Amino acid sequence: MSPAADPRPETPGAAPGPVTPILTVDRLSAKIAGQQVVEDVSFSVPPAGITALLGRNGVGKTSTIKAIIGLIDRSGAVTLDGERIDKDPTYRIIQRGVGYVPEDREVFSKLTVAENLRLAERDAAPRRQLVEELFPDLLARAGQMAGTLSGGQQQMVSLARALLNTNKVLLVDEPTKGLAPKIVGEVAETLAEAARTVPILLVEQNLQVVRQLAGDAVVLSGGRVVHTGPAQEFLDDAALIQRHLGVSNDPHPGADQASHAAVKGAAQ
Amino acid sequence: MTTTGSNTETTTGGDAGTTAGTGAVRRSRRQGATHDDGARTAGTPGAGRGRGGRPVTGRRIAGWAAGLAGVLLLVLLPLLNLSLPGILPGPSYTPGSLQLLAMSMLMAAAALTYHLLLGVAGLLSFGHALYFGAGVYGLAIILKNLEIPLLPAMGLTLLIVIVLAHVVGSISLRVGGIPFAMVTLAFAQAGSVIVGRNPDGRTGGDEGLTLRTDNLPEALVGVVNTRNLYWLALAVLVVVFIIVSWVQSSRAGHTAAAVRENELRVRVLGLQPYLVKLLIFVVSAILVGVIGMVFLLLQSGAVPRAISSDLTITLLVMVVLGGVGSRWGAVIGGVFYTILDQRLTALANSEAVKGLPDILRVPLSEPLFILGTLFILVVLFLPGGIAGTAERLAQRRRGRAGNGTTETPREILEDAA
Amino acid sequence: MSTVILLLFTGLGLGALYFLVAAGLSLIYGLMGVLNFAHGAFLTLGAFTGWEIARRAGSDNWGIFLVSLLIGAAAGAAFAAFTEFVLIRRLYQRHIEQVLVTLGLSLATVALFDGIWGTDPVFIQGPAWFKDTTDILGARVPNDRFVCILAAVLVLLALVFFLKKTRYGMIIRAGVENRSMVTALGIDVRKAFTLVFTIGGAAAGLGGVLASHYFGYVSPMLGGSLLIFAFIVTVIGGLGSLTGAAIAAVAVAVLQQFANFYLGGTGDFVVVLALGVVLLVRPTGLLGRTA
Repeated sequence: MSPAADPRPETPGAAPGPVTPILTVDRLSAKIAGQQVVEDVSFSVPPAGITALLGRNGVGKTSTIKAIIGLIDRSGAVTLDGERIDKDPTYRIIQRGVGYVPEDREVFSKLTVAENLRLAERDAAPRRQLVEELFPDLLARAGQMAGTLSGGQQQMVSLARALLNTNKVLLVDEPTKGLAPKIVGEVAETLAEAARTVPILLVEQNLQVVRQLAGDAVVLSGGRVVHTGPAQEFLDDAALIQRHLGVSNDPHPGADQASHAAVKGAAQ
Repeated sequence: MTTTGSNTETTTGGDAGTTAGTGAVRRSRRQGATHDDGARTAGTPGAGRGRGGRPVTGRRIAGWAAGLAGVLLLVLLPLLNLSLPGILPGPSYTPGSLQLLAMSMLMAAAALTYHLLLGVAGLLSFGHALYFGAGVYGLAIILKNLEIPLLPAMGLTLLIVIVLAHVVGSISLRVGGIPFAMVTLAFAQAGSVIVGRNPDGRTGGDEGLTLRTDNLPEALVGVVNTRNLYWLALAVLVVVFIIVSWVQSSRAGHTAAAVRENELRVRVLGLQPYLVKLLIFVVSAILVGVIGMVFLLLQSGAVPRAISSDLTITLLVMVVLGGVGSRWGAVIGGVFYTILDQRLTALANSEAVKGLPDILRVPLSEPLFILGTLFILVVLFLPGGIAGTAERLAQRRRGRAGNGTTETPREILEDAA
Repeated sequence: MSTVILLLFTGLGLGALYFLVAAGLSLIYGLMGVLNFAHGAFLTLGAFTGWEIARRAGSDNWGIFLVSLLIGAAAGAAFAAFTEFVLIRRLYQRHIEQVLVTLGLSLATVALFDGIWGTDPVFIQGPAWFKDTTDILGARVPNDRFVCILAAVLVLLALVFFLKKTRYGMIIRAGVENRSMVTALGIDVRKAFTLVFTIGGAAAGLGGVLASHYFGYVSPMLGGSLLIFAFIVTVIGGLGSLTGAAIAAVAVAVLQQFANFYLGGTGDFVVVLALGVVLLVRPTGLLGRTA
């Protein structure tokens, strides 16, 4: 796990110097079916390394990600690499260089693996080579319907779809959710590898993974940002974790899964 | 959702009583969302609370007073000699005018029953004409074939409507949204086809049935008694309005509105969305069935159009033109549509239109072309319909914004999807 | 036996027409969530266009018949593309209002057709071969049935090829499954919307010309009456499923024909009954997504 040892190799110094963020979210609010799910959220993502977006289940992490790319109605300012993107439709935001790996994978189950990947290609020269090296498994299953893959394999497809193109930032939503420990390790390794070339905003419940990968952390509570700063600092403060995440520093979270599913259901 | 942020308050259906009532539900939902996740999943206890703490505002009283005055005027109308050129074909006491007014009031009442489906329960039904037609044809066939007086005949017809509504409702409510629309359409079409096929010569096929008057009270028969039928239609409209208001503000009405907004949440609260929707569906069907029976008396006959999907679509158009989610909107839409349709038909047959070049004559001689186009324009540009637009203008004049808890017609339509 | 064969082919011919309407309806609903009431108007316009061509250029001629099919399809496609681009697109994501607009359009256009071509049916003739019959196992099957069946099969194959083998077909299949994820891959799914409307309109326009030969006449009501059965077909087949639409179209039409003949003209009623049964047993339709 060597790449994870220094997740922010390109950030000059750890001090909060004048680094221009790649993605800035300013007073972002969002509604789903009339319900306020994100309220006045502001934070930024530095141009390298992995930034973790943390908070209890149902606190609006997924909604924040979706609001950034316009999948749900939102207001507020979102700036990508100096350009405002909050008025753009989703497809144009993605085309500007945002890679999105949604919660629950969202592979097209009735399309083959190859079709899923081909659909995601938007660069003139998509990096098929890289994807084949990262996920040799997928090459072997190119003709298989994505719906018949295991959860881990579907996550590989979902990651591969984002990594095929050159992006300015990756938004990765709970990539290890529901995966076996061995697969969690693989996913983490892939993310660490990807983070060498592209900054990542990562929603992750598994604090072990966060500890391993994230340089910075943004913590949400009640739809608002309650803490920002280096991830390590936050993870070492048991009281903060208890207060904002409602868990002790437990490597196996997910007890709250049922209510999580209910929120998802309500949102759809 | 069509608007972002907090500026959703300006468009409302002009229905202060209702919006205050359902507002309680909606308010609690919005507040709940700002708390933590628990509120969003399980809902606040107030969601199905019903009429708790509804404010009786001055506007509400003023609304009922205006309604009462209007009803009084309508009661007296057959005794007066009012002329409304361009709207009524003759002075207000003439049978022609009374017939048109009675028809528009029945259509307004029918539109109100459709409002109960769409505006309250969020059910986009394309089969409402089935129950209207069952009222019309049921009563016509019973009066023709059985030697019983009017009221028992109506009771028998009502029984048929109730059974029919339960059967069709319980099946079609297994699906929601657009599939529900398609399924109700299919059932209504079956009814329409049966009438068209004319089994055993019972329904008269394309020709329809003439009302057999042998067992009817004298006072309801013949052109001279049009004003009695007019009063009957007025009574139907008033009673339907009161019942619809009552259902809407009842526990069932509030639960239905809550179901429309968030079915999962109501289910979490342990209520049964299916049964509430079925209840609203059946009540709405019963009311429109009764309206159909009075329609039969007014028209002195049953025509296939009374059970066709065209009629359902007409009701939907009335509700949308008037303003989705508003009772007054449904009434205004029903009256407006009926009178406009009648006037456009008169226009189409006028010499002035006949003399026009084809490119103008063809569209102007088709009332439905004009009404259809008008409908499209209202959907695209005036989402609150007549009532919503009037309300918006009134608010602008009063120079104040409405309260933020009312639901816009667009939100109601989104809930139905 | 010959009666059964005749009913079967008549049913297949009718099923072909249902399929041509339902294919577009199902794809449009599957991808966009729009219940398109104007679909019947696309068909009627195609039928009248075909009739105008036959009337002006001569009816007993295969070349002209084929041209009328093409132009009828083109008329339906153009009307459909216009509908999507001018009316539906403004109401993006507001499904009920989209339905209302297509409803208004269908009211307005049927009235306009009434005004232009009159409310009475106008009769149409095709190549003389259509009126002949072909002997199949003793049944004398009218030839126009075969034309409808052949056309529907070709359309089905073309659609399957398009959906499976082209990028836009892939986008449409993916969009039917999860539209927002398609946009989240950087694809402007609205182009696919215009495309499915256009394809659906073309199939309906083609169906209109064929329906006018199958029934022998065109009237402004033609589209509306086929549309209702196409709705039933799409619900039974499973909304969004092309294969489901094809299977259900054939099943519904054949059932309808047999019930009409053997159960005293109760075909339409039996079809609605079948719809009820399918909904009770399997609310998502035969090949529908399990929600």
